[in-house]
Amino acid sequence: MSDHRQEEHHEQHIDTVGTYVGVLVALLFLTGLTTAVAYVDLGAFSTVVALAIAVTKMLLVALFFMHVRHSTRLTKLVVVGGLMWLMILLLLTMTDFVTRGRIGVPGK
Amino acid sequence: MADHSLTNHAQTESLALRVQFDTAAQQKDASQLGMWIFLITEIMFFGGMFAAYTVYRNWYPEVFAIASSSLNAVLGAINTGVLLLSSFTMVMAVRAGQLGQQKMIIIFLILTLLFGGVFLGVKAIEWKEKFDEHHIPGQAAFHLEGLKDYDQGHAQLFFSLYFAMTGLHALHMVIGVGIILTLIMQAKKGIYSADYYTPVDVAGLYWHFVDVIWIFLFPLLYLIDRHLGK
Repeated sequence: MSDHRQEEHHEQHIDTVGTYVGVLVALLFLTGLTTAVAYVDLGAFSTVVALAIAVTKMLLVALFFMHVRHSTRLTKLVVVGGLMWLMILLLLTMTDFVTRGRIGVPGK
Repeated sequence: MADHSLTNHAQTESLALRVQFDTAAQQKDASQLGMWIFLITEIMFFGGMFAAYTVYRNWYPEVFAIASSSLNAVLGAINTGVLLLSSFTMVMAVRAGQLGQQKMIIIFLILTLLFGGVFLGVKAIEWKEKFDEHHIPGQAAFHLEGLKDYDQGHAQLFFSLYFAMTGLHALHMVIGVGIILTLIMQAKKGIYSADYYTPVDVAGLYWHFVDVIWIFLFPLLYLIDRHLGK
């Protein structure tokens, strides 16, 4: 009866209902805020504010509802790595489109 | 077990501990990692559309602002709230799984289904409005009020992106509804316990992911420079 398995100390994280309710209230508040602020003239900053609120909401959902804060390091690495690829997709695409009008095309 | 080499490794195979894993915790971690890798491919899938959106909004900012203001921001905000509520009930279902409360899993999954259904219903009403207002790209009668003739095509670009992005999102919701229905049927058989609730767990990850996509779609599609219209 040899059991080679090592009884791994795996902490089962069970968040309280209060934590989830708090996150939900924060998410609903931020939804109201992003809607209200859209009617205010912030100039170029309106997009920045809208995205900052959206990113905050994403972090709340990912860290609490998707349990990323209790996940293994490998899972965290995969999540951050995925977002990095998305940034490469968006930023490298925009380096072309944003600068097209500003930098002349050689030979033209 | 017929194979004696396995007996040392795992005496009995169960849903919570398949033979190929050393511990139940390892199996759980592997399931979650696998789901996350799938979700990363989904991020890239939606990412292409977000890239297209960024390019065209950058080219036609005024047209996008006017077209965006023709959407119903109040309905959009309410629907965002409904979807966030469904995410809350979904995470409560996962919590019930962690605690091994079989009845609560079913109750919270049904609530999630309900909120998901409300979201899709409101979305259908919004799409119907677009048809009535002739804001469907490709329509011969397409006309967006407040824009000159040469900008009508650019407005069609906005609505193409609107329908493609909200449509793909809604498709993910419909698939999510199917997954939750399956989970409810499985949960009724009583196969989930505190030791094994992985399907509820990874379905939760999927549902929250779809929620996060909407969290970005709402301000990007509905809320561009709303103050201009006032």
